[in-house]
Amino acid sequence: MSAVAPSQSASQGERLYWLMMLLPCAFLALLYVVPVLNVLVMSVTVPKPGLANYAELANNGAVQRTLWTTLRIGAITTGLVLLIGYAVAYALVHSGPRERQILLGIVVASFWISALIRAFAWIALLQSRGIVNSALMATGLIDSPLSLVRNELGVVIGMVHYMLPYAILPLYTNLRGIDDRLVPAARALGATPSQAFRWVFLPLSLPGLIGAGVIVMIFSLGFYITPAILGGGRIIMVAEFISVQISETLRWGLAAMLATVLLGAVLMLVTWLSRFMDVEQALRK
Amino acid sequence: MGRGTESKVVKDSLVLDGIEKRYGDFVALQRTELSIKAGEFITLLGPSGSGKTTILMSIAGFANPSAGRILLDGRDVTGLPPERRNFGVVFQGYALFPHLSVYDNVAFPLRARGITGAAARTLIMAALEIAKLDTFAHRYPRQLSGGQQQRVALARSLVFSPELLLLDEPLSALDRALRKEFQTEFRSIHREVGTTFIYVTHDQEEALTMSDRIVILDKGRILQIAPPAELYERPATTFVAGFLGKSNFLRGTVAAVADGRARLDLAGFSTCALDNGTGAQAGARAVAALRPEKVRLALPRDAGGTGPGRVTGTVAGVTYLGASVEVELRLADGQILLATVPAGQLPLADGAEYVASWAEDAAILVREEAAP
Repeated sequence: MSAVAPSQSASQGERLYWLMMLLPCAFLALLYVVPVLNVLVMSVTVPKPGLANYAELANNGAVQRTLWTTLRIGAITTGLVLLIGYAVAYALVHSGPRERQILLGIVVASFWISALIRAFAWIALLQSRGIVNSALMATGLIDSPLSLVRNELGVVIGMVHYMLPYAILPLYTNLRGIDDRLVPAARALGATPSQAFRWVFLPLSLPGLIGAGVIVMIFSLGFYITPAILGGGRIIMVAEFISVQISETLRWGLAAMLATVLLGAVLMLVTWLSRFMDVEQALRK
Repeated sequence: MGRGTESKVVKDSLVLDGIEKRYGDFVALQRTELSIKAGEFITLLGPSGSGKTTILMSIAGFANPSAGRILLDGRDVTGLPPERRNFGVVFQGYALFPHLSVYDNVAFPLRARGITGAAARTLIMAALEIAKLDTFAHRYPRQLSGGQQQRVALARSLVFSPELLLLDEPLSALDRALRKEFQTEFRSIHREVGTTFIYVTHDQEEALTMSDRIVILDKGRILQIAPPAELYERPATTFVAGFLGKSNFLRGTVAAVADGRARLDLAGFSTCALDNGTGAQAGARAVAALRPEKVRLALPRDAGGTGPGRVTGTVAGVTYLGASVEVELRLADGQILLATVPAGQLPLADGAEYVASWAEDAAILVREEAAP
């Protein structure tokens, strides 16, 4: 065995890696990149070549309303998820090993239930004769049922519930990485518990918050099943609107245009955030 | 235990009045009395688990003593949260705020006290100057070397003129040369600012070089409190003698006691030993500590006279230490006697016969205790 052998086997190994990468790459190119490009092209060619579809953004009230609804619900959901997720992640980091295991188990378990089942479960819970309203009325807190579902509130509740684990896990990783001597150090230097949190712990959790926020916002913009069911047809978000254009009104060009806008919005969001932070690293966390 | 009341004199800056710390059945710190004088550099020295960090964290306010009081200038601070004690703390690993520049790290305690603007600036620049950091003000902690981070931690803990500075093994992450440098520097900073320093370490060299007094701890209790030289020359127990430097332990029977001195009979030889209050009685078993560097070696033909403090043995091993060599001398009963002698003056072949001897006051009686 001379010095040649290792480099030979290395190049052999390299070739094997390329081969292993080729298959999934081809798979993705064929079934993902090509259709996406197709959509992009469709948005300027169907029904006839030109930017007529994009003009709808300025003229079509329904399109504008849908986009605004999507953006608003996405932003509210992201805000609520970060707020609740941060509290849960904070509790996870500061709980004992036993409690942490149980809490993490609960967080991960919610991944196993599909969006469809969760949406129907929320309807059962939130409808006017659902458990929540019945309980509230039985205790005499309210006289008539609250409208908790088939409106924006219902959509937000369902989406926040679905997105929470996606925020909790990266936040937990981020918070756990904060040196646990820093808050005591801040206290020793004269900071009250609240100052120590605001001046030390919170700034150090910003990368986690931004990372989790990006994930939640991107997902929220494209939500389909949850708003379709919990919105009861009254709250239309972009994904549902696109689906209607494809399968019912058959305006594929308009649908392709909206899909392109959605894609563009997400890309812009990521690009904008990457000016402030290492998005790749935040997502990896 | 009348010390608690007696020690509440004005000169004492900090008094630990019978504090102890238990975790369930485990006693981390047994009932402890300690008075620290204003402006003193005091070191808590002991192996891990000796309770030194428990004492420091109790003073800082991070650990609540299970019993006892902590008095600062006669004022009870036992229940105060850390931020209301006005003590500086230098943590192990420094605990600098990574998202803040050196300047802002040092500004932090001032910000917490509502000091901002020009007044803060003057204090910060002065603290940075003492720590020789003036040119690093706008760097971030991750851009600094370990030594520089150490200086930031120090400046940050001194900028608000704390009543005490607590240092928790601050040099443990640095290499030997830097540790040496900081030992000198801590002393000069201590002289400059005049604040009481309470320093925790497991490193005997740091303790010996810097402290006014050393508190030596083991298994959650204080064994001895004394200035470095006294601790080294007159250790109270076998643990203290063995933990601070090396020591031979000569175990034998007390032949006679008089005027703070004892005669100790051992296997085939005898020694004089100072008695620093062990209460040894004639006929009882006792142990004397004898520093290796106090043992002289001579070839049998050169060694004249007989009497206590001399014994014959053969060389069983030699360790070269640079300026000196450490010789293991095997005595007639098989025991090893360590002697540190100047290098290159004696032919120290294995098996060579030598007479070891030491002065009358070289050995000292100590209380028996498990060695580290």
